[in-house]
Amino acid sequence: MAEMDTSGGGGHKKGPGVKKSKKQSTRVDLTPMVDLGFLLITFFIFTTTMSEPTAMRLFLPKDTDKPEEQNKAKESGALTLLLGKNNQIFYYEGILSPDGANFKSTNFKGIRDVVMDKKKRTKPEDFVVVIKPGPESKFVNTVDLLDEMTISDIKRYALVDIAAAELQLVAASEGGGAPAPPAGGAAAPAK
Amino acid sequence: MPKVKVPRKSTSVDMTAMCDVAFLLLSFFILTTSFKPDEALKVTTPKSVQTKAAELKNVVLVTMDKEGKVYFSISDDIGKEKQEAIDVKQKTIDIVDQQKKLGLTQAEKKAFLRSGSFVGVPFSQLKQYLGLGPDQIKGLKQSGIPVMDTLNNEMITWMQAAQSAFANKTMNLMVKGDSEAKYPSFKGVLDAFKKNELFKFQMITDQENVPIGTELYKKNQSRGVVQEPAAQ
Repeated sequence: MAEMDTSGGGGHKKGPGVKKSKKQSTRVDLTPMVDLGFLLITFFIFTTTMSEPTAMRLFLPKDTDKPEEQNKAKESGALTLLLGKNNQIFYYEGILSPDGANFKSTNFKGIRDVVMDKKKRTKPEDFVVVIKPGPESKFVNTVDLLDEMTISDIKRYALVDIAAAELQLVAASEGGGAPAPPAGGAAAPAK
Repeated sequence: MPKVKVPRKSTSVDMTAMCDVAFLLLSFFILTTSFKPDEALKVTTPKSVQTKAAELKNVVLVTMDKEGKVYFSISDDIGKEKQEAIDVKQKTIDIVDQQKKLGLTQAEKKAFLRSGSFVGVPFSQLKQYLGLGPDQIKGLKQSGIPVMDTLNNEMITWMQAAQSAFANKTMNLMVKGDSEAKYPSFKGVLDAFKKNELFKFQMITDQENVPIGTELYKKNQSRGVVQEPAAQ
């Protein structure tokens, strides 16, 4: 039997007649390739998540124009919220008194307390919140108020048009109470 | 002391397997990424605590941008086959063409059928708009569908057409409004819905966590709903 020449370590024994060349390492360090691979993965993970619409839905109740539906609520149980410009909310309970005595104002932080307070004082079947967005109010105000209805677990609420008398009161309160400079107030009707 | 020679072992790890795994994962994510339809409009929707995800199929979308301009679009994802979407869109544009006597050519109607069916011009400019190529539309600033004039609320016609086109299929009516849009445009859109007896619709909003201590928060807690941090 021929002697097995086992040369230790290193490379293969090349075929006969090949000159013994300088042994060079054929091993490639793959660490940077892995880094690149993971970088690309991370990129695609993030873009896949973002392509999903981050959309939630807000469900409005059936909006009927029938007058009999509107009159069912007892006046004392009604809380009316009027939306003015600059994220202001005006509110009153029941019916608007002729001298505007029960016309109050707050902002979006305070509105939750107002609503919860009214809710505690009223019987559930009488309690209804009427939301009347003004012409200068932003869409985000309306959505926020509708959100409040869900957050405070209010079952009956309505989205209604603002009346002329209320509009006047809102304009007057905004003009007088707002700390904005007169130039700001004058620019609004010109818009 | 006896000299114990600790055999030196190689500390370099063979990265081949790691690389294979990395590229496998990469291929998976490349294949599962779907491009969302190119939105012609940038709308920042307000936040809300609603947790139900918006529908993606059979969607008729009314968009309001921050200047109050109103746009109408129909999704491509209708029914089980692509042909159904094309049929619905075809019916919609046919009805609109008939009602308003716009005299649209077949080519212009075909333009309406393309991805998204996004329209934001009054009827008087519709023919012209549909005649434009897709590149011209990209940069175009559309004037919006007029809704605020109660006598000329064009959205009523669009809704009517869409409703008839969707005759026996469920139509998911959605409103995507920008936070800064003023109420009158929203009112115009609501009026258009009311006139067509469309009382059920959804509004697309961003996700928001339920504020701690409120009624809804307590209700969720009692139901065992776990509140996850809202995605930014």
